[in-house]
Amino acid sequence: MTTFALAPALPLHAAGKYVAAAYIVFVVVILIYVMIMAVRLSRTERALVELNGDIAKRDAAAADPAESAARDDVRPPGLDREPAPAGRGPGDSSL
Amino acid sequence: MPTYGKGLRGLSILTLLTITAALTLVFFYAPLDANQGFIQKIFYIHVPLAIVSLCGFVIGGVLGVMHLRTGDRRYDMRSYVAIHMSLIFGVAALISGSIWAKASWGHWWVWDDPTLVSYLIVVLMFATYTPFRFSIEDPERQARYASVFAILGGAFVPLNFVAVRAAQGLVHPRVLTVSGGNLPGPMLLTFLISLVGVALLYATLWKYEMAAKNARIQLRALRRRVLGDDDISPLQRTAAPSL
Repeated sequence: MTTFALAPALPLHAAGKYVAAAYIVFVVVILIYVMIMAVRLSRTERALVELNGDIAKRDAAAADPAESAARDDVRPPGLDREPAPAGRGPGDSSL
Repeated sequence: MPTYGKGLRGLSILTLLTITAALTLVFFYAPLDANQGFIQKIFYIHVPLAIVSLCGFVIGGVLGVMHLRTGDRRYDMRSYVAIHMSLIFGVAALISGSIWAKASWGHWWVWDDPTLVSYLIVVLMFATYTPFRFSIEDPERQARYASVFAILGGAFVPLNFVAVRAAQGLVHPRVLTVSGGNLPGPMLLTFLISLVGVALLYATLWKYEMAAKNARIQLRALRRRVLGDDDISPLQRTAAPSL
């Protein structure tokens, strides 16, 4: 118990400021990283919502053949082919 | 496809507990240093950050070897994330070290100390990894060249360490040696707990970033399957590896 009593908590003289600064730097760096990751996560979530919407629209169109035929008429020719395998598209050029 | 998010919650809790324990030990258990006094408390965050970042660079190199041996792009992604995390930890180590230098030596930076300068060289070298990587468009070549870079950089770290240890005229104090070092028991215990805490933090953030990247890859693949190539929005052109 005496060990705990002997150790100072945060002395606010010159040394205390430097020690506090070093630990604050550590926390700030980690916080910035977590914030960047949170922004990316929200972007992924938005894309997921968008994709769900697209799938719902496609399912609705498939359920209504007349609407589906009309949609096929205006669809660009490139989209009639088989979907490309994962990892070989234009978005896969880098990490 | 592996799920990197598995066990992330448990690891995060363990990390939080270990870092809390380490901070408690640092400020309420470890005795004050006879020479430096309270300033020496920076040691418990600066040195673990530096050690973990250097180990991360080596791990990045080892994962690069595994990528080249197996051709599995997942190892490349793991190597990339390991180096990325090490850079973040490296920057934190440099800043905290600079603050310690100012408080202890009166200067923010000392150019004639081999430990400081060699560490800066390692961090700057790995800082070129990301621009180098993204300067190559072809994904296969990009992954291969990045792995070669990671291996060379990873091999440089222990060589650099040995060279610095062998150098003369050291300003940096040597508190950790093969024979046990100069740290008294309570300080050593505090340091080891801090080291484990920072290492766990590294592992948690690595896993976190891997899980995020993995989710983005799966989302992109799903989008491509559903919508086809031409409907890929700029959002899907972000930093994510192809597998």
